[in-house]
Parts: sequence; structure tokens; C-alpha cells
Amino acid sequence: MQCAQIQINHDYVGLRTRHDFHPQFPSFATCSKELKECSGHVFVDSVPEFCLPETELIDLSTVDVILISNYHCMMALPYITEHTGFSGTVYATEPTVQIGRLLMEELVNFIERVPKAQSASLWKNKDIQRLLPSPLKDAVEVSTWRRCYTMQEVNSALSKIQLVGYSQKIELFGAVQVTPLSSGYALGSSNWIIQSHYEKVSYVSGSSLLTTHPQPMDQASLKNSDVLVLTGLTQIPTANPDGMVGEFCSNLALTVRNGGNVLVPCYPSGVIYDLLECLYQYIDSAGLSSVPLYFISPVANSSLEFSQIFAEWLCHNKQSKVYLPEPPFPHAELIQTNKLKHYPSIHGDFSNDFRQPCVVFTGHPSLRFGDVVHFMELWGKSSLNTVIFTEPDFSYLEALAPYQPLAMKCIYCPIDTRLNFIQVSKLLKEVQPLHVVCPEQYTQPPPAQSHRTDLVIDCQPPATSYRRAEVLTLPFKRRYERIEIMPELADSLVPMEIKPGISLATVSAVLHTKDNKHVLQPPPRPAQPTSGKKRKRVSDDVPDCKVLKPLLSGSIPVEQFVQTLEKHGFSDIKVEDTAKGHIVLLQEAETLIQIEEDSTHIICDNDEMLRVRLRDLVLKFLQKF
Amino acid sequence: MPEIRVTPLGAGQDVGRSCILVSIAGKNVMLDCGMHMGFSDDRRFPDFSYITQSGRLTDFLDCVIISHFHLDHCGALPYFSEMVGYDGPIYMTHPTQAICPILLEDYRKIAVDKKGEANFFTSQMIKDCMKKVVAVHLHQTVQVDDELEIKAYYAGHVLGAAMFQIKVGSESVVYTGDYNMTPDRHLGAAWIDKCRPNLLITESTYATTIRDSKRCRERDFLKKVHETVERGGKVLIPVFALGRAQELCILLETFWERMNLKVPIYFSTGLTEKANHYYKLFITWTNQKIRKTFVQRNMFEFKHIKAFDRAFADNPGPMVVFATPGMLHAGQSLQIFRKWAGNEKNMVIMPGYCVQGTVGHKILSGQRKLEMEGRQVLEVKMQVEYMSFSAHADAKGIMQLVGQAEPDSVLLVHGEAKKMEFLKQKIEQEFRVNCYMPANGETVVLPTSPSIPGGISLGLLKREMAQGLLPEAKKPRLLHGTLIMKDSNFRLVSSEQALKELGLAEHQLRFTCRVHLHDTRKEQETAMRVYSHLKSILKDHCVQHLPDGSVTVESILIQAAAPSEDPATKVLLVSWTYQDEELGSYLTSLLKKGLPQAPS
Repeated sequence: MQCAQIQINHDYVGLRTRHDFHPQFPSFATCSKELKECSGHVFVDSVPEFCLPETELIDLSTVDVILISNYHCMMALPYITEHTGFSGTVYATEPTVQIGRLLMEELVNFIERVPKAQSASLWKNKDIQRLLPSPLKDAVEVSTWRRCYTMQEVNSALSKIQLVGYSQKIELFGAVQVTPLSSGYALGSSNWIIQSHYEKVSYVSGSSLLTTHPQPMDQASLKNSDVLVLTGLTQIPTANPDGMVGEFCSNLALTVRNGGNVLVPCYPSGVIYDLLECLYQYIDSAGLSSVPLYFISPVANSSLEFSQIFAEWLCHNKQSKVYLPEPPFPHAELIQTNKLKHYPSIHGDFSNDFRQPCVVFTGHPSLRFGDVVHFMELWGKSSLNTVIFTEPDFSYLEALAPYQPLAMKCIYCPIDTRLNFIQVSKLLKEVQPLHVVCPEQYTQPPPAQSHRTDLVIDCQPPATSYRRAEVLTLPFKRRYERIEIMPELADSLVPMEIKPGISLATVSAVLHTKDNKHVLQPPPRPAQPTSGKKRKRVSDDVPDCKVLKPLLSGSIPVEQFVQTLEKHGFSDIKVEDTAKGHIVLLQEAETLIQIEEDSTHIICDNDEMLRVRLRDLVLKFLQKF
Repeated sequence: MPEIRVTPLGAGQDVGRSCILVSIAGKNVMLDCGMHMGFSDDRRFPDFSYITQSGRLTDFLDCVIISHFHLDHCGALPYFSEMVGYDGPIYMTHPTQAICPILLEDYRKIAVDKKGEANFFTSQMIKDCMKKVVAVHLHQTVQVDDELEIKAYYAGHVLGAAMFQIKVGSESVVYTGDYNMTPDRHLGAAWIDKCRPNLLITESTYATTIRDSKRCRERDFLKKVHETVERGGKVLIPVFALGRAQELCILLETFWERMNLKVPIYFSTGLTEKANHYYKLFITWTNQKIRKTFVQRNMFEFKHIKAFDRAFADNPGPMVVFATPGMLHAGQSLQIFRKWAGNEKNMVIMPGYCVQGTVGHKILSGQRKLEMEGRQVLEVKMQVEYMSFSAHADAKGIMQLVGQAEPDSVLLVHGEAKKMEFLKQKIEQEFRVNCYMPANGETVVLPTSPSIPGGISLGLLKREMAQGLLPEAKKPRLLHGTLIMKDSNFRLVSSEQALKELGLAEHQLRFTCRVHLHDTRKEQETAMRVYSHLKSILKDHCVQHLPDGSVTVESILIQAAAPSEDPATKVLLVSWTYQDEELGSYLTSLLKKGLPQAPS
């Protein structure tokens, strides 16, 4: 039987930049060519490298399907589709693919802009790494880190993706069905249902219950799950996204009013749409309408354009705007009125248009590459300027470390709209899965806040947790598979009611299986006996033992049985009691019938006629299965 | 006997007021709710009284599905839902939901304001009607209720046009609406998977036509426009605001760009600009090429095509004007036509079908003297051209779709009877399926034999599949089990499991037969002879001689005993259970015949 193997791989397919060092940054003399020191911290000077999903554990060529949750969770896809022997299908929604492409394109562009011949590798030697200060010595799997992929690899990877829509039922090998559901976190972001006719697994990753721009989370479809795999919760469980947005606006206003510039390191899609929408409402009331907003990214234009064409994936408010027809996001108006300008890079038009004070949105949020590096250097020395961190993926202290000492103000307003622990508890109470499976860190308070026992998943029965590289067996047993009964066969069945509401019918049928679909067909008609010309051999008469008789159940009431025997012409019947039942003796026929609660034994001479008569009389009292 | 019933209330052997009633597995679905452009009396709308004489439509219909925004598919919707009365769900795609109310309002205005019709639906009714709409995504499975589900497929034709699969259990119907199997300048081609519906209901507008390549028609169109403006003439292209207009604009825009032409192109304002905006926002519904390049160049942002002002009509020199409406029956297109008709240098190009009675229809049928209001006679000297740009599948395309979906039978609507007849024969010949073409009000009944879904216990299934893998299992094998039916839940389990589940004990029925043999040898030797005899005959069975002297054939036990009274006779005790009945009975009769003479 062919079976689909599905590896839930999206979180795997996430990507983290590591503590690599940007070549432009001035460095101090260090002991090694690879290592540089800055304000008491040691850095590796190298081409940026990326930590890949765990691929040692599974043979990716045996993976049939990869399901993508959202565009942040597909950044390592080219490594898998291009270099591992993976030959299955990748499923994702259209916005996920389009915006995922933009994120990858930006990344490739940033890295390729500053080519560097060498990757630092000496420090990865375990004996050296062990001696390095934190966080270098704590970095995991450094030997598997890889350089960035090329645009060619990105295009090839994306061409392997099959586009799907929310609530689309996708059949995999006839064995299981997968369905993406809106997860409310980002444009096109999905949770996935993986189900057969009798079992249902929900994969919930990167979901949000807040009303931002994406279509709201589909909670109802998660109900009746045998297992719910839960991951991608907020990275900042203690911060309230609404409060953070308020703080973002007020800090921005304060800086600009004092004549300073604001730098917002960010991804080119996602929260930036919400921030621009907030500023659209805020800047006029704050008297900042003359302050230019710059969005600098090789994909800035594409990102702004794409956001306007996915109306069907947006929240209701934005959807109804399209019906007017108006663009769903107000950044269209910001662009039209020249308040927001976008550029592919700081070179070219931007240098002509650049006016200060201003607000700049640019990447990369790790501060290790991209145009943001330029602005850090340009504005870092003045205390009038502010850098506001909104992306939660990177520690802002680590991001800033190589730029120290800094005069510029640093504000940390992480905006992570994904589920927090209170929302998770509510969600789980609502959808009531039989089992919850989640990463280990969600079952204990964060290491830095060990007293916050509220920052764990609270559900009944307690969640089953897993660690990196651990293999879990999901707690359910498959008992049934779907079968279709042909109408001709169904017509021939003779049901009998065994208990009120429960009927039984014995079935002898031909099982036909194709593409993991099982169909029961009526048995073939018995073949006509062959013509008499052929010489009959003894063995031709041997019956086919595969014609099975049904099982029997019930018991035989002796008195009634004896009456029946008499009615059928047997006389001279004697009944003896035994420890477990009775013995009925037919003295004339030298036949003995032992009757017990669960068995009947007919012992007779070799008189087939007699035996068959007795058999059929016994069967009258029993039920067949 | 389960069956699928289909009754066209409109579009049965006709084009216009599409409305088809489908009953499938106890569910009633209405497909489209269109108006007829050729009538302005009662025949304009489908006869909804057919659906139910007594009682409310809402009680009878499970849902209504609208395939696309053309009025002959949705024009009767507000009348149906607000004036006849229907409160159930109405399904359509997002673009259809966006554009439909605008066209309905336009239609209402012409009917009420221009023609002064009374008892027509109001603007408020359009709004209330649209509140009942549920938007669907492509390929999304929409669960209308626990049993009825629908799924939309891309149909090309116009922005947001969809084909719908209607499914209950294992029975399904696909309704194509209008579709186009070849991609055009702005839309992609219709596509459906091999969903094998019981019935495919397809449009058949171009049932007998195999159209020449679109490229030729486009080249022809461009040539005519180009020649006219070259010689200083004006070109009028009457269009409806959405659909062909965008396709022709893209065509002219790219041509102007390539040829570096400076002659102005105008588009009559209002609805049209708005229309282009819809195309921009729903760009994911357009064709691959436009979607791919829209960031660099949005095909619906036209550089050469500018908004028209009525004063421009009197400007000297050549120009091209797209003006609404498409049949020259009123509005701006008619005004411009009257101004330009007298000059033989000018040209009017009709890119679509014109209904009888309209100016468009008159000039296309060759009339050159038109009587206008006030007894004025307008002499048409300008050139009149007709060019079909409607995006319907032609005969080849229809056959292609039937091949894609692999239906059990086909039903033709939205076409002329004569042409349908031809296509019907072709489909029946090529695909060997039944093809129907009911007239309006005529019901087609299709018996179906849906299989019954149930569950099979994995234990039983695995046991069967394992045996199915054995090399001798070439001929069909019989599976034995017990079907447990509780409520409407069917489960097939092994008989043992069925007994166990019901808390019943198995009753073992055993037979022991005494077979008398004449044999003077010892019991052990008799047993040995029985063993070798059976072994030689029962080649396919497992015959064993056990250490205790007994012989087994499969699970049948044979023991030899010596009755004390007669040393020359031995008794064989053959013992089997009811499950081995056939074999046991066979063995006793075989042994009764005696054993072959032992070699001495």
C-alpha cells in the first residue's frame, strides 16, 4: 500500500541569520583574521551564513509533500528543493508564494550587493569555538550553516510550488486530504488540516486573533481534531501589539519634532503595511504631514503593489473597499500624495530626493546587511536620531552590538501579532482537540522569566512536547478506512436487527483497491460447470476452502430443539443433563448431540443426509455473522 | 432509485436569461438567474413560479449560484430575491460580487429612467439582494450544508467568471456558465480537473463553429482601425463597459505603442474608468502574462487611452472612441454615432452581438437609413464592421472541456437548438455518453447509482490486502465480513470483531463423523495410509501427520480408532467445525469410498 509521508516541515523551513559580521564595519585588530572585536564583543567577519532546518533526521527524497504556513516559513525552501533529492510537491497559497519570493529576492539582492570571497570557517573548529565568548560559543550546528542561495535557485524552488486556496481540499494519493485554512497572521498565511475519513490532525502555526489586514483566522474548521500541533506563537508574549504601535507612533513623532530622523529596520512586507496605515491616520493629526516617509528595498515597489491585489485574502473591511473600487490599503494614497516614496536602494533617485528629517523603512532587520547598515552609520552618531525595532525575530541588543558605541536613541517596540498564551488557552478551549502537541519551550516559562508560570500552554490533557530532532508518535490509533459499497452489492445484503438501532449483514464481496480507494463489488457469478467431455479427476471435486462459512452466535434451547426434532420425524430421543449443558441422544440413529451454552457438537455415523438435516435444524436456532 | 433532475427555466435551447434548476440527492440548486435582452415583457425573466407553486422559494432552494456578471446570467437576481422572495444563500466569486451590482444598477436605470418601466426592482433591492451573496474563492470547497458542497473553477470568459461543481456525497454536477478554452489578451483559459461528474451542463453558444485563430481577427481589427485613422477618419467602437472593452483597449494600446501612433484614443468616462480599476484590483483573475508583469507595467493603466469628453466628438482629425453602450441603443455611443454617421471616412466597429430592435442590429443587417425620434432620418454613410470578440468556447473547446472533466453524461444549454443537435451527436459519438438538450420547462431525469460510503476496519483491510499480494491471488478473491449498521453509519468488520463488539459469544458448531473402514492393520498404520491417500489427492491443502498419530487437513482432525468388537474394522473419526463444512463433508464422502490398496 502506498502511503503519503508528510513531514510537517514549515518551521523547519524557517531561516535565521546568525552572528555574522558585516564587512563594512570598521574593526579592531584581533587575534585572528576571522574574528573582530567591537566594544568588548567578538564577531566573526564573514559572508553571512544561514542556519538550515534539521535535515539529518530524515531522508528528504522520501518526503512526498511540504506544506507552507506563511511566507516567513519558506525562506529555506531553495536549500531543500534544490539540493536534497526532494522530489515531492510543495503546497502554498498565492500570496505566500508571491511575498515569499519578494523576501527571498530582497535577501539575495542584499547579499549579492556586497560580494565577499571568503566564508570564515576556522572559528567553526569545535576546539576554537568552545573558547570563544558568548554568543559565538553557544551557536548550534555551525558546520551546517550555508551561504545564501541565488535567484536562479529561488526561481527553481518556487516553480515547484502548487498554488492552493483556503478551504481547498487537496487529495494526496487517495490516502489523505490536506486543506489550508486562514490563520489570520499574514497575507495568505495558513494553518493546515491533514485528515483521512476517520482521523484529523491540525497544524496550527503562526496564527493571529487580532484584526490587522489579513483575513481572520478560521477557528471553526479546527474543531474535532484528534491531534492539534501547535507552534509559531508570539516571540514576545509580554508585549501587547496595540500598545507597541502606539509607542512606535509617539516615539516617531517625538524624534521628528526635535529634528531627528527615524530608522525602522523591517521586512519589506507584513507589519510594515499596518505601520503605514497607522501613520496614514496619525501623521496629519500629529502635524507631521510634511515629513517624508521613505521605503527602501529592492522589492519595495512590488511589495506595495502586490498588497493591493490580494483583496480576497484580506479582512472584511479591506475587501469591501475593493468593491467600491478603491485600493484596500491606504498606502496607495500616501504614495499618490507623495508622502510615501519608495526606492530600490539608496543609490540613484533616492540621493536626489532625500530630505531630512525623515522616516526610513528599510532592511534587513538583523542590521547585518542591506541599506539599513548605511543608515545606522549615517545616523548612529547623533542623539537626535532614533532607531525603532519593530520586528521580533532578532534581539535588538545583539543587532546593535557591532555598532556600539551609539549616540542614537534605540527604541524596542516589537510587534508580534501571533497568538499569546491567553489566546492559545481560549483557542484550545474553543476547538477542543483530543491531544495537543507543541515544542517544549511552550510547556515551561521562558528562561529569563521563570517566575511567569502564566507563560505556558494550559490545556487538558496536558500537551505532549517535543524537542529539536526528537521523533514523536502521535497519540492515536487508526482503526478504520473508507470503503465504498457498490449499490448492486448493497441491494443484495440482508440486514437483520440485532439490537434496537443496530443491524448486521454478512458480506461476501470482492474488494477492489485502486489509488488507495477501496470499493466492494458484488461477488462474481459462479462459473458454469465445464462440459462433460473433459475427463473428471478426483481433485476437481475438492472444494475451494476459501468459500468461508459465517461465524455463528446464540444458544440452543434444549426443549424447543427436542420439539423441533420430533416435529421432523425423529423419535426415541433422550436428553441427559451434564455439568455444562445437555446431551441429546438419538438412539436409533446412534447419534449424540452435545449442547452447551456456546457450542454444539454433533457426533454421528457417516450418514451425510442425516448430518445435514441435523445441521440445518441446529442452524435455525443460531445467528450467522 | 436516486436520480438527478435538471430543468432549464431559461437558456434551454436558447441564449439569454440563463436559469437552470438542478435537483441532486434531495438538494435543489438554481444555477444563474439571468434576464433576456430580446424581451421587455414577462419573458424577460425566467418563470420562477415553475420552481414551486405553493410555499416560499427559500424553503425549496438550498442555494443559488451565479456563474458571472453578465446580465443574461444575473440580471433577474434582485427581482428573484426581493420581489419574488428568496432569502437563502447566493454564491458567486469576489469579482462577480463586486461588479454585478454596478451592472444591475445600470440595467435598472435604463429600464426605469430611460424606458420609464414601472414595477421594476429598485436600487435598494439591488443592495438588499447583494447582502445575501456569499463570495467564494477558486477551488475552495464551500460547504452549503452538511451534505451539499460547491467548488468554483476558473472559466475565462469575463473577469471573475467561474464554472461550478455541485456535489452531494458521491454524486456531482458541473455547470460551466460561459467559458473560454483559449486564453485571450486579458484572461486565461478555463480549466477543470478530471472530476468525473455524473452530469456536465455546458453552454453551447458556438456549438457548430470552429473559429479561426484569434490572432487573425485581432490583426483584421487593427488593420481596419489603422487604415481609417490613416486616412483621417474617426472610429467608433460601441462596447459594454466590462469585458471586451478591456481586451480591445489592451490590443489598441499595445498596437499604438508598437507603431508609435499619436492619434488620440478615448474611452467614454464614468463606469469605464471604474471598470479598469476593478481589473487592476482583481489582477489575480487575469491571465498569466498580465499577472506576471503588472508591477512593472499594469496593463490596465493605459498610456494612450484617455477619458472622453462629449465636446471631443466635434474635434477635427482622426480619433478612436470606445463608447457605451455596446448595441447603440442609447447613451453616449448613440450620440457619437449620430454625429459621425454621415461621413464615409468614418467607421463603426461592432465587437459583439446586437439584439433585435437596437440601432446596432439595424445597421449590421444592412439598413442605411435610420428613422430617429422626431421623424428625422439619419443616413449612414460611415463604414459598418462586425467583428466577433465574444469569449465563448467553440465546438473544439467544448469537446476539450468534456474530455477534461470526463462526465457520465452531458447537457447542453445556452445555444440554438439546431446547433445543439449537431454538437449533441458529436459528443455522443466521440465520448459514448448520453447528451441532452432540454427546452425551457422540460425536465431531464438521470438515474444515478451512488455507491454507499462506509468504513472498513483496518485489521480486516490489511488482512485482505496482504492476501491480495500473494502470487496465486490473480482471480478475484472474496472478502468476508460483517457490516454493522448503526444510524446511517456503516462499518465493515471481521465477523469475530462484530461478535466482540456486540458482546456476543461465538457458538461453535462441530461435527464428528464415524467412518468405518475395513482394515486389519493397526490404527497407526491405518492413519498412515489415510495420510498418504489424502496427501496425494488434496494437493492444494495442508495435510499433516501429527506425532500423536492423528491426521489433519487444514483444521480438520482425523483419528483412527479400533472398536474392540471387530479387529478387522477400524473407525475413522473425522471432526470439523461449521466453518469447514464443505471440506469436512467432502472428506467423509471421500474416506467412505475406502483407501486404495496398499502396495504389498
